[in-house]
Amino acid sequence: MGASQTHSAYKYQDLMTKTGFSLEQIKNLHYRFRQLSENNETLSRENLENIKDLADNPIKKQIVEAFFDKRNQHQNEMGSFEEIGFEQFVMVMSHFRPPTPKMTEEEKLAMRKDKLHFLFNMHDSDNDGKITLEEYRKVVEELLSMSGDIEKDTARGIADAAMLEVASTNVPNMGPDDYYEGITFEHFEQMFKEVEMESRMHVRFLDVDTRTIHS
Amino acid sequence: MRNFPTLYRDAVSGNNETWGSPARATQGDPHHQNSSTTHRKAFPVLSFNYDHVKTPFEISLWILLALLMKLGFHIIPRVSSIVLESCLLIVVGLLIGGIIKAIKQTAPVLDSKLFFLYLLPPIILDAGYFLPIRPFTENMGTILVFAVVGTLWNAAFIGGMMYGVCQIEGAQLGHVDLLSCLLFGAIISAVDPVAVLAVFEEIHINELLYILVFGESLLNDAVTVVLYHLFEEFSHAGIVTVGDAFLGVVCFFVVSLGGVMVGTIYGILGAFTSRFTSHTRVIEPLFVFLYSYMAYLSAEVFHLSGIMSLIACGVTMRPYVEANISHKSYTTIKYFLKMWSSVSETLIFIFLGVSTVAGPHAWNWTFVIFTVILCLVSRVLGVMGLTYIINKFRIVKLTKKDQFIVAYGGLRGAIAFSLGFLLTNNEMKNMFLTAIITVIFFTVFVQGMTIRPLVELLAVKKKEESKTSINEEIHTQFLDHLLTGIEDICGHYGHHHWKDKYDAYVKRWLIVGERSTEPQLISFYNKMEMKQAMMLVESGSAAKLPTLMSAATLQNIQQKGVPSRRAIPSISKSREEEIRKILRANLQKTRQKLYSYRRHDLVMDPFEDNVSEIRFRRQRAEMEKRMSHYLTVPANRQETPSVRKVCFEPENKVYTYDDSESPRGRAAQPSPRLPDAISLLSKSPQRPNQTSALRAKGSTELRAKAPDEQEEQDQVKLSRCFSDPGPNEEEEEDGSFLS
Repeated sequence: MGASQTHSAYKYQDLMTKTGFSLEQIKNLHYRFRQLSENNETLSRENLENIKDLADNPIKKQIVEAFFDKRNQHQNEMGSFEEIGFEQFVMVMSHFRPPTPKMTEEEKLAMRKDKLHFLFNMHDSDNDGKITLEEYRKVVEELLSMSGDIEKDTARGIADAAMLEVASTNVPNMGPDDYYEGITFEHFEQMFKEVEMESRMHVRFLDVDTRTIHS
Repeated sequence: MRNFPTLYRDAVSGNNETWGSPARATQGDPHHQNSSTTHRKAFPVLSFNYDHVKTPFEISLWILLALLMKLGFHIIPRVSSIVLESCLLIVVGLLIGGIIKAIKQTAPVLDSKLFFLYLLPPIILDAGYFLPIRPFTENMGTILVFAVVGTLWNAAFIGGMMYGVCQIEGAQLGHVDLLSCLLFGAIISAVDPVAVLAVFEEIHINELLYILVFGESLLNDAVTVVLYHLFEEFSHAGIVTVGDAFLGVVCFFVVSLGGVMVGTIYGILGAFTSRFTSHTRVIEPLFVFLYSYMAYLSAEVFHLSGIMSLIACGVTMRPYVEANISHKSYTTIKYFLKMWSSVSETLIFIFLGVSTVAGPHAWNWTFVIFTVILCLVSRVLGVMGLTYIINKFRIVKLTKKDQFIVAYGGLRGAIAFSLGFLLTNNEMKNMFLTAIITVIFFTVFVQGMTIRPLVELLAVKKKEESKTSINEEIHTQFLDHLLTGIEDICGHYGHHHWKDKYDAYVKRWLIVGERSTEPQLISFYNKMEMKQAMMLVESGSAAKLPTLMSAATLQNIQQKGVPSRRAIPSISKSREEEIRKILRANLQKTRQKLYSYRRHDLVMDPFEDNVSEIRFRRQRAEMEKRMSHYLTVPANRQETPSVRKVCFEPENKVYTYDDSESPRGRAAQPSPRLPDAISLLSKSPQRPNQTSALRAKGSTELRAKAPDEQEEQDQVKLSRCFSDPGPNEEEEEDGSFLS
């Protein structure tokens, strides 16, 4: 137990520098990780999907997928994992940190871009760097999937209209032969230019060591 | 106007009594047959009885006058751009007051009861109901600090300094004691929502500043109420002990939180009631108004803060009521609130002017001048000091410009006047009133009129264009669900988790039937479609869909019970399909989240009875259609849907596209003809933007190229975003277009 303690201490240090979490936060997350993975070393998709509270969430699949997406690990890899370890878990979680008051402007911008990339990756499931109409439609359908029997057409209509909007805003003067392939990351960023992503997209991570977390 | 001699009445009624005996037959109502007289009165063909209708007549006359003034200002174009409407109204009031004084009648004064019970609530309800919630809650901390601490500071500073001023020898103010000064400070220190609304509306400032100043003016009511009652009680007693001060603090919490609680209770009652109104749509708006008014009055009974109660009621009620009520009721509520608040505001300013002329004044140079100066100074100091502290906690800091606008926008108004009027009559009251009026005039005239050029000069950020778009909706909701999911994975119940649970349970209670499961996006979309449907109806697309329209007027929709997802229930499925396709084909960007707290913008809402607009568009559409029909090659499958961005006004972007062709038309689908609702551009690919849009700021065109692989509907990797087949050119004879 002693050896693994020091081992994990080193790992924690590493993670702290990589992700910016504090030691307490990482410990809490590790505890949670062990809970979810039933004390295994790795977490699988089923572990996450079995979380009770997630059952009502319409975009559950996308959220779970995001954890297994290699793109979110910042290592320029593509594809997805079958199972993830604790480092990958924390890496994904780190996208949801709030900005600290001490951050500089560049750091804030970088964080914002990071978060937007995360969102973008969630929508762009085939990894081609843009969100096509089909993918967007899927997004809207998922979003509406929990609410009664929505006609497929409604979801498609919404997605189409949204796509149209993006296209019109970003490419105002398309010639007769151009076509709009999909939302690229730049256009995606444009959508959020008025939103303060860095503060909106965050979850409070516990600082204190509580061992009374429900599962 | 008031006392007409009975003789006159006689003459008119054709009474043939001699002048010599006026006492007998002319007493009282001329309709009475006076059988004791020997003369028989002729039947009065025309009689005059003014007393009977005196009060309502005068009230109506006043209101009519006020509105005619308002009308007049907007007709004279140059005046309204230079001078603020409120200033003009005060001037008019002054004139009227002068006239009334000249003819030696008693003028109606801005009676406090009239003001607080009848004139103020509509304005506050209007403001509260349409309060933009998100910026309000995001800046809640700042607003509270300004409202509470700022007002306290103002009151203390002004009261204290005025006491010091009163001690100056030559000013003959020695009789003013400290408590009276503090009372005066409390009255004059509060920023007034009516004045702020009146001024800020015309300068179109950015949302943050607007919400800061306006929110402050609303929330400082609690402070004002407490301070006012505190000092008033104790100015009789003469001294204030520490215990009393402590009680005052407790009282503050009671007043503010109590007010909010009362408002919330009434709000929930209102929301709950609106759940059952589906069969009696006509009285829906009344519920909103009455519950809110009751909330205000109930709070006033207990001396709680009526304004906060009203705001809380409106804010609580709104999301649920809007989910439950019909579209027409929603429009009615909106318009009635705007109407009443407009009338109230106008009346308030006019009465202010009249009262100025009428009221007994006691002018004291020193007092008045120092009051004005101290108000300004204390406001500036307060804002600067507080901002310094607040900025340490804010992510988005307030710049110097922002601070200046916040300080400069701290206008005083009729509330201060009415509170002053409520003071018990003593020799100081008149002096206070004079000073209050001077400050009000100063802030409204000088500050109000100069704030606009100053805003321009300082290049303060203006209100942005309303950008609520489908994308925003989608991503906002997506983000919400994402954050909830992450919280659930993390295992601790954060703010999103609770919000979700709250939404799930509470909404089930307060929102009718299946609409409670309707996600926000759908209801948003449905509202858009509804508006679309209304536009279709109004512009009379009867040509193509006669049976549809006759069966599907909105009346029918209301009366035939709650349909699922607000589809039109009486129509068969295929028709429903058609409608959906039609509607979708003519999506317009909605101004769902209207900046409805703007009073004047309402008129420009393009979805509401803009019939001439529609007619114009219809004609253009016809013209375009005809032109395109001649110029395009029907078999050319490269018909392109085109998109046009038409701006009716800066705040409003209306996207339209008309779906023309797509090879799917080839497939033998019962594809409906898509009405070309607002198509302003032809469908031919050869012609670029030919039409100058109505008031277009710019136009966009999106040409779709239908690639060859588009075969089937569902696997279409549409390069464009249009899912619907367009009308086939050759079939298009009789015009499916919105004509």
